[in-house]
Amino acid sequence: MELIVAIAIAALTGCGVWLLLRPRTFQVIIGLALLSYAVNLFIFSMGRLRVGAAAVLEKGQIGDPQAFADPLPQALVLTAIVISFATTALFLVVLLASRGLTGNDHVDGREPE
Amino acid sequence: MTNWADHLIILPILLPLFVGAALLLVDERHQQIKAFANLGSIVVMGGIALLLMRAVDPSTATGSAPIAVYRLGDWPAPFAIVLVADRLSVLMLVLTSILAFASAVFATARWQRVGAHFHSLFQFLLMGLNGAFLTGDLFNLFVFFELLLAASYGLVLHGSGQARVRAGLHYIAVNLTASVLFLIGVSLIYAVTGTLNMADLAVRIPQVPAQDRALLEAGAAVLGVAFLVKAGMWPLCFWLPTTYAAAAAPVAAIFAIMSKVGIYILLRLSLLFFGAGSGASALFGSDWLVAAGIATILFGLIGALASQEISRLAGYAVLVSSGTVLAVAAAAGQPAVTAAALFYLVSSTLAIAAFFMLIELLERGRDPGADMLAVTREAYGEDAPDDPDAEEVGMVIPASMAILGWCFVGCAAVIAGLPPASGFIAKFAMLSALLGGDAATGISPLSWTLLALLMLSGLTMLIAMTRAGIRTLWSPTERADPRVRLAEIVPIALLLLGCVAMTVQPQTAMSYMQGAAGSLHAPATYTDSVLAPVQTRVRTGGGS
Repeated sequence: MELIVAIAIAALTGCGVWLLLRPRTFQVIIGLALLSYAVNLFIFSMGRLRVGAAAVLEKGQIGDPQAFADPLPQALVLTAIVISFATTALFLVVLLASRGLTGNDHVDGREPE
Repeated sequence: MTNWADHLIILPILLPLFVGAALLLVDERHQQIKAFANLGSIVVMGGIALLLMRAVDPSTATGSAPIAVYRLGDWPAPFAIVLVADRLSVLMLVLTSILAFASAVFATARWQRVGAHFHSLFQFLLMGLNGAFLTGDLFNLFVFFELLLAASYGLVLHGSGQARVRAGLHYIAVNLTASVLFLIGVSLIYAVTGTLNMADLAVRIPQVPAQDRALLEAGAAVLGVAFLVKAGMWPLCFWLPTTYAAAAAPVAAIFAIMSKVGIYILLRLSLLFFGAGSGASALFGSDWLVAAGIATILFGLIGALASQEISRLAGYAVLVSSGTVLAVAAAAGQPAVTAAALFYLVSSTLAIAAFFMLIELLERGRDPGADMLAVTREAYGEDAPDDPDAEEVGMVIPASMAILGWCFVGCAAVIAGLPPASGFIAKFAMLSALLGGDAATGISPLSWTLLALLMLSGLTMLIAMTRAGIRTLWSPTERADPRVRLAEIVPIALLLLGCVAMTVQPQTAMSYMQGAAGSLHAPATYTDSVLAPVQTRVRTGGGS
């Protein structure tokens, strides 16, 4: 499972970085979205990968921290998802405003010669 | 600390939250109400910050390094959220409220009307700033950072126009990427240490086993890069001059503190996690910080000399100021040097904020400004009451060009560090602290380098500012005196008066900075204050 998660994170990050470096605004926004997915997976894996563990507490197993998954990365991922949704939406608005003002979708607002 | 004073700590976060949210409900037509609510909230915030400053001041408090800790929900420290107010964070709070007051007053003259929800965004920005200064754990640091960035995205676009949208697009993309790095750094550190509370981290980092150390340092480095982007460190700073030049004047003025948030966090975390007494990772990355700081100063100086527009010159002044604080504070690792760097931070931030607002007044009537205004008016339709002749706030003051000229001289003196301005005192203090370092080993080559660089930066900024001043103030162009309102010149004068106060009473300011630097260099007091009840209540077992 570790290998699959690692490959998934690597693929998402690689595609995200490549798209982020593209000159079109839409590619940049997709790149940022992919990067944020990669980071969310990464945060999860940093809290140790567990299969079938209870989110916070299993019934009847109070007091045994081995029995449940680490809640802090989950909270961090939740916060990161909410924030990246909000900022990506904002970025989309700016992207549309830029498209409207400049008439093209180049990140500098000018088509290369 | 008494009980009521304890609850003061959370007010700088809650107050702007509620005021900003309430202002969203007020119709855009009632700009005066919104402006008064915004200013009132900032004044109350400033009062709270001053009360907190009194509470942690070494001369009035009983302890040697009083640190106020506020536990949300009254849970013990590493298991829940804490807010921590020590001298450095309170100093930043006071600085924030002074800058916020000046730029909010400035905005009432004109800028509040060119876009929607200026005052709400302003309050949310303040909430993020105050939260970032007060928080005691990395998780909430991320949340407050995103809050202040989200508000700043809105503010950077305030007034619209093509230049702002293009600069805003780059600004948002760069900062979203930096946030991704922030999260990677935080989660790596969490993976190694199992905690995100800063005080708990400071205790655990010396105990990290050798095989995990590479991972920890990688996490710290990635986190550091995220903050260096915000602080505008070369080579991560190319967005900064463009964005600050494109932003509206009061927004650029309050952004002067935003680059200092990154520096504040770097200072705090590097001294807390990797201070001199933190075991195997001691002083991790401080060489890099010095090198980056020196490179930033040089880049800022070259940029300042090359700037054709005066607003870009101010952006490069921000870079020089950031670089100076980082290089000097990271280089010597002594409380005296850090104190001088903090003094410089405060005085240069005040002067740069005043400079950003002054530029707007100086450029008024010039062609680019007129273009920008025309675009703004077009974007917001004809109903925007943006007639420069409409006298709603204040009056047109006489001899405006002469007054602006004097303000320009004041800003130039502080930024370049000419005597008797506070910038000179700050530079003098840094130089004397660097030279007085080690009597036994002599003065290190690094100190000599920094010394030469500080002199060079003063000279270069003076040349750049003088050139800009001659071009703006003395060149015989065909134009009338700019129309300046009282509400626009008073905040600039207020900020410069702050610098004058630091010149008149340098001892008072300096002794506070020394207290702040002293407690920064003694992380044990910080960790003890935050973790104190836990060590008696919970950690009775094997752990230290």
